[in-house]
Parts: sequence; C-alpha cells; structure tokens
Amino acid sequence: MTTTTATDLGALLDRVRAGREFGANVYSTLDVLQVLYDRVLRITPATVADPDRDRFLLSKGHAVAGYYALLAARGFLPAEWLDDQGGPASRLGDHPDRTLVPGVEIGSGSLGHGLGLGVGTALGLRAQGRTGPRVYVLLGDAELDEGSNHEAIAYAGATGLGNLTAIVLDNRSATYGWPGGAASRFTVNGWSAATVDGRDHDALHGALTGHDDHRPHVVVAVVTDGE
Amino acid sequence: MTSTMRDAFVTSTEEVLADPRTTVVLADISAAAFEPAAARYPDRVINVGIREQLMIGVAGGLALTGQRPIVHSYAPFLVERAYEQIKLDLDHQDVGAVLVGIGGSYDRASAGRTHLGPADVALLDTLDGWTVHVPGHPDEVRPLLRDVVCGQDSAYLRLSIRSNTAAYPRAGDLHVVRDAGPGAPLLVAVGPVLDAAVAATADRPVTVAYTHRPRPFDTAGLRALATTEVILVEPYLAGTSARVVSEALADRPHRLLALGVGRRDLRRYGSAEDHERWHGLDATGLRRSVDAFLT
Repeated sequence: MTTTTATDLGALLDRVRAGREFGANVYSTLDVLQVLYDRVLRITPATVADPDRDRFLLSKGHAVAGYYALLAARGFLPAEWLDDQGGPASRLGDHPDRTLVPGVEIGSGSLGHGLGLGVGTALGLRAQGRTGPRVYVLLGDAELDEGSNHEAIAYAGATGLGNLTAIVLDNRSATYGWPGGAASRFTVNGWSAATVDGRDHDALHGALTGHDDHRPHVVVAVVTDGE
Repeated sequence: MTSTMRDAFVTSTEEVLADPRTTVVLADISAAAFEPAAARYPDRVINVGIREQLMIGVAGGLALTGQRPIVHSYAPFLVERAYEQIKLDLDHQDVGAVLVGIGGSYDRASAGRTHLGPADVALLDTLDGWTVHVPGHPDEVRPLLRDVVCGQDSAYLRLSIRSNTAAYPRAGDLHVVRDAGPGAPLLVAVGPVLDAAVAATADRPVTVAYTHRPRPFDTAGLRALATTEVILVEPYLAGTSARVVSEALADRPHRLLALGVGRRDLRRYGSAEDHERWHGLDATGLRRSVDAFLT
C-alpha cells in the first residue's frame, strides 16, 4: 500500500495555508488522517461511488486543511484546487461540502452531526446486506460537548452496531474536559475502545483495526502538544 | 374507510416496506403500531428511542447509502426539535427523506403547549424544494404516502385527527368544491379545514377550492381561479402560504385574507375542537372573518 510522506503532505498543506497561520488543531489531525488513508480505509479515487467502499466522515469539519491536503495527496482532487482554498471560485471551503469535493462523504461544520449520519450510514449498509464496508467518523473531544453525539453513542452501543468506528481526536480542547477519559463515555454504552498516542502511527493503526465486529469501536487519539 | 390517518399511515407503510429501499425511522412514537412490521423487516424498521436529533441524522445517513427513509413522530419533535438536522443532515447533504408528522397544531390540545405544533409547515417553508402534503381525510393518506416514497426528494406528510367528510385523493392541484361563478371571491382550504370553510360560506357567493398540497402550491390553478378577493384557510400557523399567494398574484390588484392558527400560547387545554373555535377556524369563526373581509 502506498504511503503519504510527511514531506509531500507538508508541501500540499503549505499550498492550502498560503501564508496564513494554522492553529495546532490542523496539525493534530494529520497523523490520524494519514494512517486512515494510507493503511486503513478501503477507498480510492476510483471507488468514491462504490457502494461497498469504506466511509470516512469528517465530523469536525474545521479540520479541513489537512483533509484537503490528504485528499490531494491520494489523488481524490487536483492539487491545484488547494491554491485557491476559500476563494470565490473554489470548491474547497473552510468546511467541506460533499457535493463539491470528490471523496468527501458529508458536508460538515456545525458540530455534532457526523456521528448520527455515521450511524445511519452503518444501518443503511446493514439493511443492504453489505458486511464488508466500515464507517469511520472523526470527531473532536470538544465536539463531544454536543448532546447529539450522546444520542448516537447510546443507540449504537445498545444495538451493537458493529460496522461503526468513532475516532475522537483528543487535543484537550473541551472546555470542561472529560474526567475519566473520553473513551469512558463510549465504553459505558457497550463500545470497545482504545486510547492511543495520536502521533504514533503504528499505535493508531492497531487501534483503528482493533474492532471486533460485534459492537461499535472508538479510538481516542490523544494529541497533547496540539490544542 | 380506514379509521384514522395514523392507521392509514401505518398500513400504507407496511405496504411500501416491500421495497427493500424503504426504511422506517422512529423515536418511540408509534413504535408499538409498527411492531409487526419491525418483526418482518428488523433491519428496516428502526426505533432509536427518544432521540429526535439522531432520528433525522440516521435518516440522512440511510439516504446517503441509497435507502429511502420514512421518519415519523409528533410534529413538534419531528420538525421543531430537529430543525438543524433537517437543514443539514438532509438538505445540505443533498439527500431526501419522507417526514410523517402527527399532532400538528392542536391535535393534542390537552397535553398543552409542549405538544402543540402549529409552526411545522412554516419552518419547512424556510427550506428549499420540500413537498408538503396536508391530507384532509384518512383515505388521502395512502396515495400520498406512496407517491412521496417513490420520489427522491424530501416531503412532509402532515397527519391530523381532524378530517373532512369527503376524501379528494388527487387534489394536489386546487380542486373546486363549490363554484360561485365568475368574479366570485376565492377561498382556498388546505387539508382538514375544508368542511368548516364550506359550512361557513354555504350561503355566501364564494368559490371554495381545496388542496392537500400547500407546497409546491398550485399557483397556476390559483391564478386561473382568483379574482380580486382571496381567502386562505390553513390548519397551521396563519399566513404560512400568504407569501406564496402574494407572489403568484403580484401582477394583479388583489386583497388577501390569510386565516390559520394564531401565534399566541393560549395556555389552555381542552380539545382540538375547542382550539379550533378559539383560533376562529370553526364554521362560525370563519364566517365572521370572511364576512368582515368581504363587506
């Protein structure tokens, strides 16, 4: 499987950045995106409409710079698109729009929508008898403040929705934190969980493939040097 | 005739579930009525518990995989509580669903303000491209549900315990119930307010037309029937369709009276009939308003 080098990705990210300052939240998401697209997700530019593809739903839609750079690195969109990100003729907004960007599964931005959409996607795949594809939803620890997530966490756990993985990028940005760890909000509802160093690619890979298919799985990727 | 609109909805939904694309999403409301269907189609009759945000999010996700969701609850919980999910998880994702509401306006009058939902159609009217059906009789429910489930776009089916004596299943476009001749004022009744409107104007020279589809409103039919005076009677928030009627008649001098449910929280219980009277939507109240408008 081909990998996206940090150098390539950095160069593409610089094209999106265009001299602007990015917050640490942009960089904290890069590693998990790299591991997902390089080593986990079964999706390519040729299979963006294949009903049996894996789904990656970026719920924290503001983590978009690295996402666009990664999609460009993997050939989903032309690198030239990055140069005009946010411009009047650009297809790449500060939050992604699934109807404008190939490979983007959901339009996001307002927090707390991705996990519910992910649960519905997982249910749709199950109703169609598609046991192969898996649904991955990337959230932030602060995004977990939104109550809609907890509707989805409780329901997915109670019904053993085994084709769903939530990834919580935990850069410790939730105003009141998650005492006991973000993962505990999931495990109390019957999810399996792994909490790993969000910079460690092998640890991320192990966690992202550590599901057991009988219950939903959460990976908490802790990035303490970001915000 | 089926006994209620909700019964007609459950029965008709069991039929359309034969299509493997169809999926029902519930938030406990009517879950017992759907138990036989859930036993037959366990992966396609989904009850998420009392979680209305999730109910719409799940519908959006299902539609993204190609399923056709039918989502059902009480109007205030279905449309008002989950409005942002409707806007983003359906419309912004460019996918559609069929929303089926019960308890619109004051059907659950004795339950008080929390269970009243007069603003549902107005809220959906802030969005683009929705079809809204407001059946006036249980026999109108089945063909309307089948039609919208067969489509791809979003639709809202607004069921009520209030009902007219006769069904007009194909009255999406304006259907003339009583023709008062050329030049007569036009009264348009939407859904279950038709009988009261007909009674209110029985001895008045007013043409009465009926529709169960306020969106898209039959503006061509309106232009063909309307003269100078137009009276709109809707069983939800007063004035909801005033914008549409005014735009359709913008090039003509006309007067419009838009009747419906008021905005004020009356803080009263009682029955649907009581609220109908308090909002001036019974025959007596309508006659009073119509007479004042036409004299």
